[in-house]
Amino acid sequence: MGQAYSAGLTVTDSIVLRKDRLLPLKGDVLVKKGDKVKAEDVVAETLLPGKVVPLNLANKLGVTPAQLVSYVKVKAGDKISKGTILAENKGLFGMGFMKNSVASPTDGEVESVSSHTGQILLREPRIPVQVKAFLDGVIAEVIPNEGVIIENKSAYVQGIFGIGGETTGTIKMLAATPSEELHADKIDDSCKGKIIVAGAFIRLAAIDKARKAGVKAIITGGVDDQDIKQILGYDLGVAITGHENVGITIVCTEGFGKIDMATKTFELLKQFEGFKTSIHGRTQIRAGVIRPEIIIPLEFQEDELTVVESKLPVLEPGTLIRIIRQPNFGKIAKVVGMPEELTKVESETMVRVLEAQFEDGKVMRLPRANVEVIES
Amino acid sequence: MQYDEKRLTRIVATDCGSTTTKAILIEWVDGEYRQTIRGEAPTTVEAPLNDVTKGVINSVQELEELARLKYNNPNIRFMENGEFVIPRKGDVGVDAYVSTSSAGGGLQMMVTGVVASMTGESAERAALGAGAIVMDLIASNDKRMNHEKIERIRQLRPDMILMAGGEDGGTIKHVVEMAELVSAADPKPRLGTGYKLPVIYAGNKQAIGEVEETLSNKVHLMITENIRPKLETENLGPARDKIHDIFMEHVMQQAPGYNKLMTWTMGPDHESVPIMPTPAAVGNIMQAVARAENIEVVGVDIGGATTDIFSVFTEEFVFNRTVSANLGMSYSISNVLASSGIANIMRWVPFHIDESELRNMIKNKMIRPTTIPSLLEELVLEQAIAKEALRLAFEQHKEFAVTLKGTQRQRDISEAFSQSTSGATIVNMMTLGLLVGSGGVLSHAPRRNQSVMMMIDAFLPEGITRLAVDSIFMMPHLGVLSEICEKAATEVFNKDCLIYLGTCVAPVGRNKPGKLALSAKITLPDGTVFNEDIPYGELRLIPLGVGEVAKAQLKSHGGTVLDKDRNKELEIDLHGGKVGIVLDTRGRQPFELPVEAEARVPLLKKWMKELKAYPEEILN
Repeated sequence: MGQAYSAGLTVTDSIVLRKDRLLPLKGDVLVKKGDKVKAEDVVAETLLPGKVVPLNLANKLGVTPAQLVSYVKVKAGDKISKGTILAENKGLFGMGFMKNSVASPTDGEVESVSSHTGQILLREPRIPVQVKAFLDGVIAEVIPNEGVIIENKSAYVQGIFGIGGETTGTIKMLAATPSEELHADKIDDSCKGKIIVAGAFIRLAAIDKARKAGVKAIITGGVDDQDIKQILGYDLGVAITGHENVGITIVCTEGFGKIDMATKTFELLKQFEGFKTSIHGRTQIRAGVIRPEIIIPLEFQEDELTVVESKLPVLEPGTLIRIIRQPNFGKIAKVVGMPEELTKVESETMVRVLEAQFEDGKVMRLPRANVEVIES
Repeated sequence: MQYDEKRLTRIVATDCGSTTTKAILIEWVDGEYRQTIRGEAPTTVEAPLNDVTKGVINSVQELEELARLKYNNPNIRFMENGEFVIPRKGDVGVDAYVSTSSAGGGLQMMVTGVVASMTGESAERAALGAGAIVMDLIASNDKRMNHEKIERIRQLRPDMILMAGGEDGGTIKHVVEMAELVSAADPKPRLGTGYKLPVIYAGNKQAIGEVEETLSNKVHLMITENIRPKLETENLGPARDKIHDIFMEHVMQQAPGYNKLMTWTMGPDHESVPIMPTPAAVGNIMQAVARAENIEVVGVDIGGATTDIFSVFTEEFVFNRTVSANLGMSYSISNVLASSGIANIMRWVPFHIDESELRNMIKNKMIRPTTIPSLLEELVLEQAIAKEALRLAFEQHKEFAVTLKGTQRQRDISEAFSQSTSGATIVNMMTLGLLVGSGGVLSHAPRRNQSVMMMIDAFLPEGITRLAVDSIFMMPHLGVLSEICEKAATEVFNKDCLIYLGTCVAPVGRNKPGKLALSAKITLPDGTVFNEDIPYGELRLIPLGVGEVAKAQLKSHGGTVLDKDRNKELEIDLHGGKVGIVLDTRGRQPFELPVEAEARVPLLKKWMKELKAYPEEILN
């Protein structure tokens, strides 16, 4: 009997979280260590360089790039406004007849003027970018010019897949059981600004109604691939999501198709119905895995904020597991054996297996790769 | 520098992949080089260890332990005090240590050119051949507005940029314009912020001064020979070498632990052997083998996220590599569906399955990429998807591996009516000698017969083609080893790296179903004779073991031919393997499957039964 490490998603009613909130470029941090912040508060901001607007001045004036230097009216670094004359020729016979000039199409500044290509590069004004706290908590650390690390104590659920960006709202249970499908008729105006919880499944009609009703986010066991395609307008090729602007955030806790939400997840969400929650659908399943998160901040004393070192979940006799691939996808079982030898499964693949006992007492051998640990 | 068996008797080679560091031991045993032991350990470039050498040490420790067991000698050691002992002194040490690396996402590049299909494509070929992933090709004529190009350059954070454009004496203006766009974007390197982004200029030499003036303040600019000095000439070598230098000097320096690893890789005289990007090493070994055997070779590595295809074609052994960045069997599996369409996947499935069930299954594999098919039905579905991933990747490869575009050729009268034009693919399945598959779905298929089926259905080899798999993906190790000992690399490639599966015989051309397509008389080494007139639209499997050779008399009928010279009769030796000889009379150019499931499914079942690809119960 051995043991092995296995991947698993975290579902817990209390965890100390530390979240980086960083700017894309260096800028100003607006809070200091120890400050208490709300999810909506701006913690850092910066100005991104404006867009570059290239313009072929020589072509527009009808001169060669080398000649341009005698007609150009601005130089690199000059501030300009929309309409500023960038270059001007002298007209016919130098008398000003049919004089031709080129005006700036934008506010900003001159980046460069080239006598090789006749091209001028203009840079639009800088664009302000703000980073919000996203979760209620306390500033644990300030990274000068870059951002902050926020700590809090939360109830916490990792989803398996999601779409849509960061948002906040309060949890509202619309399903009575983890195996229920959420239909559109249950969604009404009272759901506005809420994070609604379905059971096993939600279809496009209900998702559309939720969007119209102003629902912030949906948490569901499963969704149909075709419905996600409809919402996004394209077939999802690789799981890199979270940037979609679809008017709602969706987090799946189990996967694609109708799959009962894990009882533990469902009960935990029910326990915190009415609580303010931060949620995002960001998913990236490649190096540096990112999964969607449901964060329900709790009251805490600062001395409680000790981050426990995360441990890899261990598979061993007694471990509670969930099956994450057919057969028995979604079912819960208990590990009763960890045979060492490679075992041939139905597909004739030779794999490391475990022996799992289901709730009805039946024992089956399953590939270790096809289960995840349910952390207690 | 090349060494022989007098100097190299024991070599350790590692490949530091994104997830696993694989070590192999190569030894001079009984008058030949053999790969004797292998070990592996997780790669350690990420937190908490942040040092690639830890994973190397762990994998080499496994080698040492296995070597002590194998030779029943407790004194064998390759490292002392955490470093290799070079050269070997009896039981202790090795004569050389070499390594490849693709950890940390490999080498990521952006390339630029003036005309996308000419200098742009040459730049892309140089970067891919050097082992890079090409994030984007930006060209003067690529139909994007200049401000869009600048935005794109700024968003990408490559490890380096390769700029081409203009033949010598050609356009300067367009080349400088591209340099201005790069300068305006002010691109930042992917790893680290403490250094300037390396940019290689390999374009019109008359534009060097202007390019330097435009870029030298913003980036670390290096100049090398023009990649396309004339339209008719491609000169990729200097740019590829420069890419490798920069990969070592700049990119690898930023990756944790590589500074130390770079001091470890050396030959018996302590002369450094540069760490190679993994795909570049694969290219090396494939070219070496093609030259040594005088054959054309295609290799494929299908992974979870990407599919790499390597080929060596023509009498000049022209090497090409493509990376299909979003075709793979787990992370990218959903993109295979999006690219091929559901109908193309379903055409390989010998049973009915609900479309939405299949779509959801594929998406679930994408979000849980480490799961494996436990049910037979799911294995069949994954292999159907693999065929499409391979087919699409190979199509991309064929479009890329072409003769130079934009050139004018003088033709003699014999060519006047042929279809050959500039930009035509050099991939010729009829002259291909060896097709090598690797990557989990091909190397670890439960039955080797399934690997044969996937490779034939996806690549559609023509004429006579040998098939093999690289079971533990040893090609990278052998590729970098060939830098110091080509003999060891090719010997081990033939004896230990490849698992030969057999030979495919496929007459090319159209015929009518049921009509006679191929008469085959095959005499096996034990004297048994296989003799059959095979109708069009059939498969036959004749078992013939590894290392065995059968004498074949082949005659094709109807509109089909057997080789590049359009011969209809051949007497030839056919090589065996784990699976044997496959006679495929299903037609080529075109290969067609019935569209209607009622007609197609019985055919698939018949072929799969004949190939013994799956247990009978799923095919009844």
